Amino acid sequence: MGERNLILAFESSCDETSIAVVEDGRTILSNIIATQIDSHKRFGGVVPEVASRHHIEQVTRCLKEALSKANVTYADLTAVAVTYGPGLVGALLIGVTAAKAVAFAHHLPLIPVNHMAGHIYAGRFVSDFEFPQMALLVSGGHTELVYIESENDFKILGETRDDAAGEAYDKIGRVLGVTYPAGKTIDQWAHQGEDTFDFPRAMEKDASYDFSFSGLKSSFINTVHNAEQRKVTLNKEDLAASFQQSVVDVLAEKTDRALDRFPVKQLVLAGGVAANLGLRERIERDMHQKHPATKLIMAPIKLCGDNAAMIGAAGYVAYQHQKRAQMDLNAEPGLSF
Amino acid sequence: MKILAMDTSNHPLSVALVEDWQLVAETTLNLAKNHSVYLMPTIESLMKSVDWQPEQLDRVVVAHGPGSYTGVRIAVTTAKTLATTLDIELVGISSLKLIAANVTTFAPEQLIVSFFDARRGNVFAGGYQWVSGKLVTSIPEKHVAFNSMLNALPSENRSTILVGELNDGLEEQLKNVTATQFKMAPENTTIPSAYQLALLSKQETPVKDIDGFVPNYLRMTEAEVEWQKLHPGESKQSYVREV
Ligand SMILES: [Zn+2]
Repeated sequence: MGERNLILAFESSCDETSIAVVEDGRTILSNIIATQIDSHKRFGGVVPEVASRHHIEQVTRCLKEALSKANVTYADLTAVAVTYGPGLVGALLIGVTAAKAVAFAHHLPLIPVNHMAGHIYAGRFVSDFEFPQMALLVSGGHTELVYIESENDFKILGETRDDAAGEAYDKIGRVLGVTYPAGKTIDQWAHQGEDTFDFPRAMEKDASYDFSFSGLKSSFINTVHNAEQRKVTLNKEDLAASFQQSVVDVLAEKTDRALDRFPVKQLVLAGGVAANLGLRERIERDMHQKHPATKLIMAPIKLCGDNAAMIGAAGYVAYQHQKRAQMDLNAEPGLSF
Repeated sequence: MKILAMDTSNHPLSVALVEDWQLVAETTLNLAKNHSVYLMPTIESLMKSVDWQPEQLDRVVVAHGPGSYTGVRIAVTTAKTLATTLDIELVGISSLKLIAANVTTFAPEQLIVSFFDARRGNVFAGGYQWVSGKLVTSIPEKHVAFNSMLNALPSENRSTILVGELNDGLEEQLKNVTATQFKMAPENTTIPSAYQLALLSKQETPVKDIDGFVPNYLRMTEAEVEWQKLHPGESKQSYVREV
C-alpha cells in the first residue's frame, strides 16, 4: 500500500464556509460546513458583503474542526485544495487567502479548483468515473451541460442564457411568499400538485444546448399577478408543480439530446438543484428508458449543496494532473471551464 | 521572538520581519495593487531573503482595520490563519493607530488624529496621544463626516496634528473649518510601516479567541442597517450554524 493522499480542501464561494479532509479523492474524513443561510434569509438572498464577513468569522474554527474530526495533523497532509472561482469575489477570497496561508505555513502544494468541477466530483463519492462523461450541473448560480472527454478535461456544451435554474426557483418562491432559499419548499409543493398551468418550455426545441428560464419566470409571475388582480386565489401546489414541470422538462430534454449527439459512458447529475426530487426522478426515468447504456451518477443529496469534500475530490484529480497554484493565486469570480 | 507583521488596510501593502524588536526586513508597496495577489508572495520572498521558516515564527501582528473592507479582510484572514495553523500568537492593531504612530516627535500632550477616506465626505478617524512612550487612544475610532469630526476637535490652544491622505473632497471640507487649530503632518506619515506595526504590538496582549478575531470595520453593512431599522431588537447572537 502506498502513502495516503490527504487533501485539505477549502470552499467559500457563496454562503457556506466549508473545510474538509479527503483521502485518495474518494473517502471523506471530515466535511465541516458552516452555513450562513439564516443570515441571508433576512435579506431574501445572499448579500455579498455580509457573506464575506461571515466567512472570516468561521474560517479558522472550521479549519481546526476539519483536522480534528478527520483525526489528522498538518504533517499528514499531501496538499491543500481551494475553490478559486466561480463565485462571489469577496467570499472566494477568504477561502483562497486561508488556503494559501496553510499551504505556505506547512510547505504544501496548493491546488486551484474550479467550483463547478467540484460539484461534478461530488458524484465521485458514489462511483468511479469513466470517460467520456457528461454532467448536468444545476445550482443557484449555474445551469450547464458539461462534456468531459477525459479526466480533468471539461468543456461546456450549453449553459443558461439568463437565470440559473436555482435562481428562478428563488424568484418565483418570493412571489409565493416562500422564504429564501425556496427550492425545497417548491419541490415539496410540486409533489402535491399537478401541472395545470402549462408554462412555456423555453428553448426546448432550440438546436443549442443552452437554457433559459427568464421567460418561464415572467410567465409565472404574470399568471400570479393577473389572478391577484382578479381576486382569484390560485392553488400554490399546482403552481409549484407546473413551474417545476417546465424546469424539469427543459433540463431533461436538453440532456437527452446532448446524450444522443455525444454518447458517453456516464451522466453525472450535480449541483444544489440536483437535490430536487422531481429532477432526480425524471432524469432517472429518462436515463433508464432512453439511454440505458449510460450510467447515471447522482451526487448524494447531502453533497449537492456547496461543500469542501467535493473540492477535495476534484482537487485530488487536479493534483494527479500536476495542477498547482502559487502564492499569487487570486479569486476568479467569473471562472469558467 | 520572531514576528511577522502585515498591513493591507488601504492602498499600501507593508510586511515586516522583526526579531527581538529589531527590524530584519521590510517591504512596503505603495500602489493600488491587488493585495490578494501580492501579500503572500511578499511574505514568502521576504522570509526567503532572510532564511526564515514559517515554523520559526512566534507572533503575527496585523492591522485589523478600519480601512478597505476587502483589504483588511485579506490581512486579517492571512494573519489569523497563520496564527491558528502555526499555533502562535496573534496581535491586532488599529490601522488608524498605525499611521498615527508615524508622528513621534511631538510633546506628550499632543493630540494626533489620523483618518482614512470613507467616501461621501466621511472618514474613519481616531485620536491618539503618546503617554510614557506608549500611544494611547484618546478619541475613540469612528465612522464620521469629516467636517463634523474636525469641528468636534478640542479647541484649547494647542494644535492637533492630522495624519491622513487628503483627496479633493476632504481638502475642500478642511478649508471650511476654522474653529480649531490643526496642522497636517508631513505626507510621508500617511504610509504605514509594518515594522512600526510590530513595535506597537509590544505592549499588547495577544488575542485570546483567534477564531472570533475579525476586522474592525467600524461600519455595519448597508443591508444590515436597513434590516435593523425594520426589525428593531430582533438580532440574533449568531446567524451561522453548522450543518
Ligand atoms: Zn455551488
